[in-house]
Amino acid sequence: MSTLTVESLSDPTLETISVPPSIQPPATAKPTNRLAVFASTIAWAAVGFGALIAVWALAAAKVKGLPTPAATFTELRKLLAHPFASNGPSGKGIGLLMVSSLQRVLTGFGIAALVGIPLGVTMGASKHVWKAANPVIQLLRPVSPLAWFPIWLVAFKNAPHAAVWVIFITSLWPIVLNTAAGASSIPKDQRNVAKVFKLKRFAYVRHVMIPHTLPSIVTGLRLSMGVAWMVIVAVEMLSGGVGIGDYVWVAYNALNLAKVVSAILLIGVVGLALDAMFLRLGKAVALEEGHA
Amino acid sequence: MSLELKNIWKSYPHRGGVQHVLRGVDLTIERGEFVSLIGHSGCGKSTLLGVAGGLTTADGGTIVLDGKVISGPGPDRAMVFQNYSLLPRLSLLQNVDVAVASARPQHSTKERTVLVEKYLTAVGLWEARHKRPGQVSGGMQQRAAVARAFAVEPKALLLDEPFGALDALTRARLQGQLIDLWQSESDTEIVLMVTHGIDEAILLSDRIVVMSNPPNPSIVDVIEVNIPRPRNRVNVLDSPQFRAIQERLLNLLTLEGERAA
Repeated sequence: MSTLTVESLSDPTLETISVPPSIQPPATAKPTNRLAVFASTIAWAAVGFGALIAVWALAAAKVKGLPTPAATFTELRKLLAHPFASNGPSGKGIGLLMVSSLQRVLTGFGIAALVGIPLGVTMGASKHVWKAANPVIQLLRPVSPLAWFPIWLVAFKNAPHAAVWVIFITSLWPIVLNTAAGASSIPKDQRNVAKVFKLKRFAYVRHVMIPHTLPSIVTGLRLSMGVAWMVIVAVEMLSGGVGIGDYVWVAYNALNLAKVVSAILLIGVVGLALDAMFLRLGKAVALEEGHA
Repeated sequence: MSLELKNIWKSYPHRGGVQHVLRGVDLTIERGEFVSLIGHSGCGKSTLLGVAGGLTTADGGTIVLDGKVISGPGPDRAMVFQNYSLLPRLSLLQNVDVAVASARPQHSTKERTVLVEKYLTAVGLWEARHKRPGQVSGGMQQRAAVARAFAVEPKALLLDEPFGALDALTRARLQGQLIDLWQSESDTEIVLMVTHGIDEAILLSDRIVVMSNPPNPSIVDVIEVNIPRPRNRVNVLDSPQFRAIQERLLNLLTLEGERAA
């Protein structure tokens, strides 16, 4: 503590015991309390969900037929009691339906990755391929993937298979475009290093191309997975078959909107989990920024 | 042995016309010589270095290294780039090792290990050899890039503003290490460096090539730096020779700057 006071300044005899203000350390920043930060994050999220439920309750009170939050949560508990029950084709638990839809999404998404990543790399590596493919992609990209459903239906004569191919088309464009962007933006100096030190093709792919392209590829995968998970609900409403989209449609036709809202919440949770997975993958492949 | 650039021409398309950047440049760098290229941006100094390195194809002219006409890039003219350009996923050790393995496939694993250790130690990075570029400072990255360039045993070393992005203290240390390596028993005896630092050019070079923006001739002056080596940074800055060259360069470059402005 400083003893520098007005008295000590005015009274020369006290000067010897006064400490110059410069010696006293300034107030330092408090270390962040991680628990407090976490608690505040949770608290504000609770405020957000509280607001959502309040608006929902208000809407349910005004509009006839809309389920109240309470009714929905009762329904949700019932659904989650036996998620993997399997009592015949129409008695499957919500978890099994989710798995069935996820399978379709992963199949379509997987094929799209197998086609899209090599195509994107080729586009990024060759200006001619880029110029040939880009106009086609730009024309098809804005089209709702659902518009492809009749074509796939005619091609495969099987609605659930057609749904998989709709997911393929959904996932394809973001994967191709992001991969191409990544492959074409390898820094010039990195390519020059490969030339000067005569890196072999394999070493170039491994040490230069993959490290600089992978982050964009993962971004493409993450975007396409997000859209694919949205589109699967819509396409299953069209295609039928075992799945979460079909479940929503059947529940609506039975006028059980509590089931519909429950399904919406669960679809959201699964989508969030998928996104978190790809976000984590993206962090794992991100290039480190050097510090100065 | 020498590196000869003969009658180099290079132009770029520019606003519907053509901009001649290199206009018949002749430059010979002799064995054991350290030459700097200095000039305003747009004078073609980096283009000339790129031509010497084979990364830029000249419109006309020839490059002769050690009596042989050369085309295209190669490890006989190792380069150090301004932004370090290490391979991001590899450790500093692996960066040097991959370069040596690719550039000098005739070396045995043992010979390679010796070279890698020698040059990483010379730039003071042996302790940090297992770190990746993203985990170390810019100065350390550039030291690794210098080690990588020397480790492939090039005849000529081409440096493109190698210290431009570093702070003054780091830059001074690296300049010292570069000169030490060049003067050591390494086979690398020719150095061509692009710089915009007047003091750096005088401190390091035997000759300074002053380049000028179009439409003037590419090379406006070549200044011999007759300050004996080893040059002590502190003493050299006060020497009358240093002052004289500094003034001459300042005159040349500020005149050029005013004309361009």
